[in-house]
Formats: sequence, C-alpha cells, structure tokens
Amino acid sequence: MRFAMRFSVFCSVVGLLFIAAIPLLLDAENNTFWMLFIARVLIYAIAATALNIVLGLGGLVSLGHALFLGIGMYSVALSSYYGIESGWVHLLFTCFLCLGIGLMTGLASIRTSGIAFIMITLAFAQMGYFVIVSLKQFGGDDGLSIAHHSDFSGLVLDSVASVYYVAWLVLVASVYWIFKLRSAPFGVVLRAGRLNPKRVMSVGLSVRHYQLAAYVISAVLCGVAGLLMANLNAYASPSSMSWMVSGELIVMVVLGGLGTVVGPVLGAGAYLGIEEVFKSYTEHWMALLGLAILAVALAGKAGILGVLRTLSSKCLHASGVVGVTEQQK
Amino acid sequence: MKSILTTERLTKKYGALVVTDNISIDIKQGEIHAIIGPNGAGKTTLINQLSGELEPQEGEVYFNGNNVTALSISKRARAGLVRSYQITSVFDELSVLENVVFSSLASRKHAYRFWGSLLSYKQEVASALSALELTGLAAQMELPAHQLGYGQRRQLELAMALATNPKFLLLDEPMAGMSVQESNVVVELLRSLKRRYSVLLVEHDMNAVFELADRISVLVYGRILVTGTPDEIKANEEVRAVYLGEEEVATS
Repeated sequence: MRFAMRFSVFCSVVGLLFIAAIPLLLDAENNTFWMLFIARVLIYAIAATALNIVLGLGGLVSLGHALFLGIGMYSVALSSYYGIESGWVHLLFTCFLCLGIGLMTGLASIRTSGIAFIMITLAFAQMGYFVIVSLKQFGGDDGLSIAHHSDFSGLVLDSVASVYYVAWLVLVASVYWIFKLRSAPFGVVLRAGRLNPKRVMSVGLSVRHYQLAAYVISAVLCGVAGLLMANLNAYASPSSMSWMVSGELIVMVVLGGLGTVVGPVLGAGAYLGIEEVFKSYTEHWMALLGLAILAVALAGKAGILGVLRTLSSKCLHASGVVGVTEQQK
Repeated sequence: MKSILTTERLTKKYGALVVTDNISIDIKQGEIHAIIGPNGAGKTTLINQLSGELEPQEGEVYFNGNNVTALSISKRARAGLVRSYQITSVFDELSVLENVVFSSLASRKHAYRFWGSLLSYKQEVASALSALELTGLAAQMELPAHQLGYGQRRQLELAMALATNPKFLLLDEPMAGMSVQESNVVVELLRSLKRRYSVLLVEHDMNAVFELADRISVLVYGRILVTGTPDEIKANEEVRAVYLGEEEVATS
C-alpha cells in the first residue's frame, strides 16, 4: 500500500513536470497547435479539479459548474470591454463574483440533495447563460472578444506560453492542495458526509455548512479556470456557460477517477485528447467518445486512475518489487 | 441522585398511529437505563427524538437541566448527548483510526482545517486511541473500516460514540446481530463504563439488559408500561404477559 501510494505520487509528479517541459521539447512548427491544446487541457483540468471537490469528495452532483467558468471568462471580457487591463482586478472580480454567486446558489441548492440538487444547479447555470445571451451590448449570442489581456503587474497573459505556464502553476498548486485536503479535517468531513451525513451530525458537525463552503471554494477555483480560458481564447462566449460544458466537466471527473487527486487531470486530458483524435477521423466523434467512456466505466468505478492503479500494481507485482502481503492491502 | 436526561409527555404521531405516546422518563446521572419492548413498540423512534433526528409533536426533552427539544443533532452531540446506531453507520472509506479521530475532532472543534492531516491532531488521536483500547479494536486501527467483520464494526460504532467525549450515551441495540462472544465483550465494556457515563440502552438481548441495567422501562405500543429495577420488572405480571411471555413462547 505504502509503496503503491509512493509510486502513484511519483508518477503524478513526473507527469506534471513533463507537462511543464513539453514547450521546450516541441519544434517551432507544431509548437502553437500543441501548446494551445495542452493549455486548454490544463485549464479544463483546473475546472475539473474544482468540481471534484464537491462532486468527488462531497458527493454533490453539480450540473452547473459551467456558470463559474463563464463568470471567470466574463470577468475578464467585461473588464477588458471597459478598458481595465489589470489582471489583479480581473482576478478580484472573478473571485468576488464566484464567491457571491456561489454563496447564493449554494445556499439555495445545498438544502436539497440528489436529483433536486442537480436540477437546481442546472437551473442557476442556465439562468446565467440566458442573462449573458440577452445582453446584446456585450455581444449576446456571439460572445465578446477580449482586447486587453490580464496584466498581473507585468506578467501579461497575452501569449499561449504565458497562459500555459500560469495554468500549469495553478493546476499544480490545486492538485497538491487536494492531496493535502483529502486527509485534512475539511476533506474528511466532506467524504464522511457523502458516505453518511446523519452520522457526521451525530458526532457533532453540521454537514451542510461544510458542503456549502466546499461549493463556494470550488466555484472560485472554477472561476480562475475561466479567467485563464478567456485569456487563452482572447474571447468569451456564452456557449462556455451552457449545461453541456457542465456535463463535460462531470464526465472528465468521473472518467479520470471520482474523488481522487489526479483523476480529474487525467480525465480532462483523456476527454479532450479523445475528442481531438477522433475529430480528425470522423464527424461523429461523439459516438466514439461515448464508446471510450463506456469502456472506462465498465473497467471499474475508479475511472482511468483506477485502471492505471490496477495495471501498475500488477506490473509491480510481476516484477517482484512488491511482495504478496503488500499487494493484498 | 441528579437527573441528566428527562422527557416530559413526549408524543410522536404518524397520521393516526401514535408511535410515542406521552412518554415521561427520568434518567439519573451515572445510571444505565434500559428500554425494552416488543418489535414496533417505538424504541428507535424514542431514541431518534432524544438524539434530535425526529421532532416530537408534543412534549419536551431536557438534558442536563436545559431544554434541548429544538436543538439539532449536531448541537446535542456537542452538548454531550451522543448516540450509536442500530444499523452500523461507520465510514467505510476511512481507516478505523480515522473514523474515531474524526468523531473525536468533530465533537470538540470545527473542521474548517484545510491542510494538516486529520491524524496530526494529537489530542484527538490520543482520545481516539483510548476509545479503541476500551472497545478492543486497537489492533485493527490501521485497517479500512470496510474490512472489519460485523462484530468489529459494531465495536467501532461504539468507539466512535465514546471518542466524542459524551456525557450521555444513547445506545440503539449495540449488540444486535453479534455472536455470543462478541456480545460478551460489549457487556463487559458497558459494565466497565458504568458510572462514568449515563446510558440509555435499547437492547433485545434480555440477559445483557438484566445484567447491566440499573432500571428498566418497558415500552409497549408507544407507552411506558412500567419502570423499575430488573428484579421488579422480572416479577411484574403485566410485563411477563406482554413481553417476557412472548419471548419464552418464541424461544420454546
């Protein structure tokens, strides 16, 4: 167990470092395409990691997280529209709005659970979507292009490389935090509350308060992903707030490994990777994507990460690195 | 002796069905008070009202002299009124130790702690270890809870309740489904806890009840038929008729 744990931590660290090194390995020709693609993966990975806090740890199926992605995007787009360049102001708007709207929608939705929770979060996200669509002065349906990228005291997110590395840093920090959070009291409350909320109350904690806090934290992190996304695309569009995006985020988390530390990152990479590969072969890539998701789902509950764990433990076992007794744990 | 938990005319109805009918009980500090009664007599419903999971339609619950009728489960637990469940409710995903440390932390502190591991809270770990020692689970503390056998899960359920530093324990059939050996362990445990905690014990195992209880209340159709010492209950004709007789018929 210990060894397997260390091994998976080692793999995650190597993987993340490798992603940081990719721009250096690419030749100039293919550079932009791949960097753009991986930057998108990194940003979705941040959003999926954020969703994993409520969905994976807390067991709350939020079908409205695209709302916060959209708030982050429009915080940049609207600031830019009014000529505000400061990234700090963009970040402040993002955090403040996600905090406020997260708190409001959270207060209404955390009171429910199951299907009702899904429907309420979905409803709030759709409200956000239609509000943006109806604001014709800000582009409405067509979206809003961004002239002023976020300028963090000299660090301007106007190139793919700058967004790439900032997204990488944010992702590494969030993944490391989730790693700590899982076994910290707050994470344990969420996990315990998912397993048996009544039991948590009977030892003295009010589960809902913690779920609400988790929802708000998750909203803010998702908003930060939106801020990066807006800078990457130089464009904010209401379609990124649609319920399809919320659904995609859920698929990423589940595909990668619900409630795990790096699962959502793997899920985001796999989802967007499969999309990218299949898209070049057929128009009906969605059907192939469905099959891929089905395959992972049938392989077990723990998603891609679960499959990798099983495989690696088998390999380690076969090569004799791990003894039989340790295997069984 | 001082009363620790009292109820006044507690009543709970589901439609026309009166599940808890005007129950007034008075449990003294340090006492083990058992509630017995046939299936469907309303024992678990009563416990649920005492722990705060159900709200009574009428009547009051007093704990340590304070009216707690309107308090939530978590607030009552914080005040020291702690329950264990008839259906084992441990957190399968967590280790045995984590389960107990979590209970201990939850009853003492808030959990808005986002960084340090749960197991780095020394005071809570210490009280968890002593609860595990008491319940005889210390050897299994590293195991994930889902790997425990049924009896051990029942022991863990008790350890979690003990680790919350309770003043009063509401035990809902702690020995349900246990083997004779396992339930003997629990009887011994409860005996050793006697006087340190006040206990309301709901239990079907009559031997255990008569061995442990200071006083027994017999609940029939939501009503307290009689309250008395084990000897008084044994000698009571009415009780023999509705409860013990039934048992004897069932077992013969």
